[in-house]
Amino acid sequence: MKNRSLVSINDFTKEEILQIVDRAAMFEAKPNQDLLKDKVIASLFFEPSTRTRLSFETAIRRLGGRIIGFSDASSSSTTKGETLKDTIKMVSNYADMIVMRHPLEGSARYASEQSSVPIINAGDGANQHPTQTLLDLYSIKKTQGTLENLNVFMVGDLKYGRTVHSLLQAMSHFNPVFNFISPDELKMPDEYKLWLDSKGIPFYEHSEFTDIISRADILYMTRVQQERFADPLEYEKVKNVYVLRNSMLKNTKDNLRILHPLPRVNEISTDVDENPKAYYFQQAENGVYARMAIIASILGLA
Amino acid sequence: MGKKKELRVSAIQNGTVIDHIPAERLFKVISILNLDKCENLITFGTNLGSNRFGKKAIVKVADKFFEEKDLDKIALVAPEARFNIIRDYDVVEKREVSIPEEIVGIAKCFNPKCITNNEHITTRFSLLVSGDIALKCHYCEKITTKDHLEIL
Repeated sequence: MKNRSLVSINDFTKEEILQIVDRAAMFEAKPNQDLLKDKVIASLFFEPSTRTRLSFETAIRRLGGRIIGFSDASSSSTTKGETLKDTIKMVSNYADMIVMRHPLEGSARYASEQSSVPIINAGDGANQHPTQTLLDLYSIKKTQGTLENLNVFMVGDLKYGRTVHSLLQAMSHFNPVFNFISPDELKMPDEYKLWLDSKGIPFYEHSEFTDIISRADILYMTRVQQERFADPLEYEKVKNVYVLRNSMLKNTKDNLRILHPLPRVNEISTDVDENPKAYYFQQAENGVYARMAIIASILGLA
Repeated sequence: MGKKKELRVSAIQNGTVIDHIPAERLFKVISILNLDKCENLITFGTNLGSNRFGKKAIVKVADKFFEEKDLDKIALVAPEARFNIIRDYDVVEKREVSIPEEIVGIAKCFNPKCITNNEHITTRFSLLVSGDIALKCHYCEKITTKDHLEIL
């Protein structure tokens, strides 16, 4: 992993994923370490993402590193027409590593080819967001004790949601069963279903959000976004169908945990928040430890 | 009844004959090879009968020999095409086209939000092995299918 960029979750093998997950647990046990004492990390956010940026910056500061960068493109030279290539060429001469968020898909792969230091992709448009996937995996491992043989339910926008696509690919190393619950318009794309078929991984599709969740170990909720619908009436029809309410959790397994990449709108009713099976806020906290593990691994410091 | 073989498109002395182009792809082939801007003598015929597929087209370009990169481009739109090299009215070489596993700088990614459509970047795709032509973008990881394929 050392000196390698993390652009896509597919860049890491099963062993490397497990190594990150184990290291995240070590950082959680001892979060303040001086590993990045002599390091400067660039944090380049070409589009705002407060949650992801704060998570990365917390991880870097807890490890004693210093940060340079910007939090949206308006305060970078992009507004003067500088190309991504030139920005990366310049910054990679200043920093030991670059964390980058960019609205265009494929920008992270391209940056990794132009940079002399490793790039961590903090989201490239609708394409990849691998550190989210690794923190999801860490959350699953932490709550289930294992990543193997789990029944994972994914609910909501399965068509455009990059987090569910990356999680699906990463979990496929661990013999899962998948259940997909979504409106017809937002079903899991064929390319992922064909890919699961080719790996012999079972999956079931449902359009109704019912007591089938009683079989779930992980319930991964996503937001159904209005802008995905051509017809606003269609959105109105489905927007309240995929809402998780506390009463629906009555017959679920004890080990069930509810994950959500956040921000949530109305897809998880606030009465779920007090349920011990709700895990989305701890999941966000786990992001800091997962990112510490990723940074330390890539810089060869842990 | 004797078989009289008559050339529907007159022969060239030196150059390239591109044969077995599906008729509906003829103008695509012409534009990909920039033949509309080529000053050489060019003759072509289309809607000719073909044993392989309904109707074929043929293009004869005098005194021009194409590069490997041109053949790769044509492979994406007319995978059955054949490039016959003609010297002194004889076919000296028959070259079949084949789609390379890595397609560099030939095709355009269909995804408008792909970085390759927003900065000056050489496109790169890998060929997906399935029935129809499908190219996976090295950058945005989206798949450009035959229907959306645009040759640069």
